[in-house]
Amino acid sequence: MNNRLSNHQLWQLIISYSRELIREPGVLFWGIVFPILMSLGLGIAFTQKTDVVRKVAVIDASGDGTSVQHFLLTEAQPNPEVAADSFRYSYTIPDKQMGNTTFLFRETDWKEAMVLLKRGQINVILTEQNGKPEYHFDPRNPDAQLSYIKLSGVLNGKAVNTPQDNGEIKPLTLAGTRYIDFLVPGLIAMNAMMSCMWGISYGIIDRRSKKLLRRMVATPMKKTNFLIAFITVRFVMNFIESALLVLVTWLVFGITIQGSIAGLLAIFMAGNLAFAGIAIFVSSHTANTEIGNGLINLVVMPMMVVSGIFFSYHNFPDWSIPFIQKLPLTMLADGIRGIFNEGLGLSDIALPFVILSAIGVFFFSLGLRFFKWH
Amino acid sequence: MENTLTPVIEVKEVHKSFKTVHAVQGLNLTIGKGQFVALLGPNGAGKTTLVEMIEGIRHPDKGEIRIMGKTWKHHEDELRHLIGLSLQETRFTDKLRVYETLRLFASFFGLGKERVEEIIELVALEEKRKAYVVNLSGGQRQRLALGISLLNKPKVLLLDEPTTGLDPNARREIWAILRKLKEQAETSMILTTHYMEEAEQLCDYIIIVDHGKILREGTLEQLLNDEKGEKVIEFTLKDAPETLPRTKGEISDIQWNGTQGSGKVTVQNMNTQLPEFMDYLQQNRLHLQDMECRRTTLDDLFTTLTGRHLHE
Repeated sequence: MNNRLSNHQLWQLIISYSRELIREPGVLFWGIVFPILMSLGLGIAFTQKTDVVRKVAVIDASGDGTSVQHFLLTEAQPNPEVAADSFRYSYTIPDKQMGNTTFLFRETDWKEAMVLLKRGQINVILTEQNGKPEYHFDPRNPDAQLSYIKLSGVLNGKAVNTPQDNGEIKPLTLAGTRYIDFLVPGLIAMNAMMSCMWGISYGIIDRRSKKLLRRMVATPMKKTNFLIAFITVRFVMNFIESALLVLVTWLVFGITIQGSIAGLLAIFMAGNLAFAGIAIFVSSHTANTEIGNGLINLVVMPMMVVSGIFFSYHNFPDWSIPFIQKLPLTMLADGIRGIFNEGLGLSDIALPFVILSAIGVFFFSLGLRFFKWH
Repeated sequence: MENTLTPVIEVKEVHKSFKTVHAVQGLNLTIGKGQFVALLGPNGAGKTTLVEMIEGIRHPDKGEIRIMGKTWKHHEDELRHLIGLSLQETRFTDKLRVYETLRLFASFFGLGKERVEEIIELVALEEKRKAYVVNLSGGQRQRLALGISLLNKPKVLLLDEPTTGLDPNARREIWAILRKLKEQAETSMILTTHYMEEAEQLCDYIIIVDHGKILREGTLEQLLNDEKGEKVIEFTLKDAPETLPRTKGEISDIQWNGTQGSGKVTVQNMNTQLPEFMDYLQQNRLHLQDMECRRTTLDDLFTTLTGRHLHE
């Protein structure tokens, strides 16, 4: 390599910092391997057709001639897997499209049923009044609702022996509509945030606490070079991490980028810039790594929870959605998702691109102003 | 201090206070080219604050500091090129090799591989050039820090306790490097230390500071001659009492430490005062366990001036 370049302080800062990263095996694992494993795990968990087991407590079904009792004795099978006094009966609704549903029934009293409910082992309690089954469950629990709907279908005789021919269900397995398609862009956005916030903030705070920062600024080193080196190395790391994540999920799940690659790179850069700026701002003053921890978490945690990385933020109350959509992580995740799944182009992401870049520049300048070098 | 040499560092009437402490109180200092100066003082004496002001990371509340006629306010960039420093607590990046660390710092001065090689040889780290910093011994790390401070052939070298915590061998290795530097007579150095021996070995000029003021300064000879050829008798007693009886005549002012059972007397004339001291012991039925007569050292001077030992 040309001597002038290799002697240049920015270059030396960049390669020193890269070496430090590469030589820490933990960094590579958590930065590259872990996100890929997570996407594989979640992707497989949410794309496989799975059989569901639903457990139900049955109370007072011992009287003769009750419909529940009749159902248990005639339609249900003894459950072979569990000991007596437990879920003794089972009933399975076969379903090729959505996966089988198996109901397990346990005859018990109210007291025990409540304990089971509180522990989350069951979510429906079945009783009988005047020859009719009654269902006790939390109406706000969607899982309990589903149990009720299926179970009442079975007990009303409609779905007892003949599973509905659900030919009307046409499974959407098209690329772009599955959970994995939702997840991967979110993971890319989350990685960018985590890597910038922890990598840059922690790196700076650690150097300050070791007095290394102070030693470095006692030389003619340009302060901006120091920060640019940090940001550059993180950008490159994040790019490699994300590229590998896309590659692996493309090979395994066939995820695709339907929109503009240039747009994707642009929004990715802008997102990194935003988080790098915030990271420098967060680490501008403290030399205490524990305070640093707290500050980083303060920024990272709320966005992790509300920004819709793993599940859509549209489940939050309507009034909160406009705020959530203005968070940097949401903007980045939505932008990447739009390009991956909705085929958005460069012009579609212009606004979030500008806002994210502005956030980055704003916090970078603010951080630089307050930056404590020694 | 004599002003025959071109002043490299000038400190004039400098004051610096922190919230509750008046750390430096009207200090004056002039250091010429090639001079090695030791700042001696206990912890909290204001040494580090003074060094940090010369280093340019703190600004005096009052007074002026010039380095080769330049001030931090107006010539920061130039001064950064002139100064080399080594701080006691700096920890360099663990997973960077010795060579890489030097190369990084060399790049800040626009220097290349050649200078890095010279430094590795100068601080005798040839065998460790590929070792990670985290795997270096205390002495090797301190040599690396010293090497980094010498990369730019500094006109002014500031060393803050460069050998604190090192074993005697490691300490002597650092001294050897600094003596070599002294022979070249290009660099002026300020060294802060707790160690008398270090000041005596390396520095032409010694400044004793405490509570932000200069208590005494001069060459080692001057400082000790100031004491008019005084000698010291150190002694320990059997069945040592809490306090000693009063003295009279030529023997005055015994510094007695009742808990350790040891004492110290400063005498001008050993021939007359030693017998008198022995008489004093006999009259008071005190029995010597051990006794030593010697020249005064910086440590004695320091104790006389501050009432404290350097290591406190």
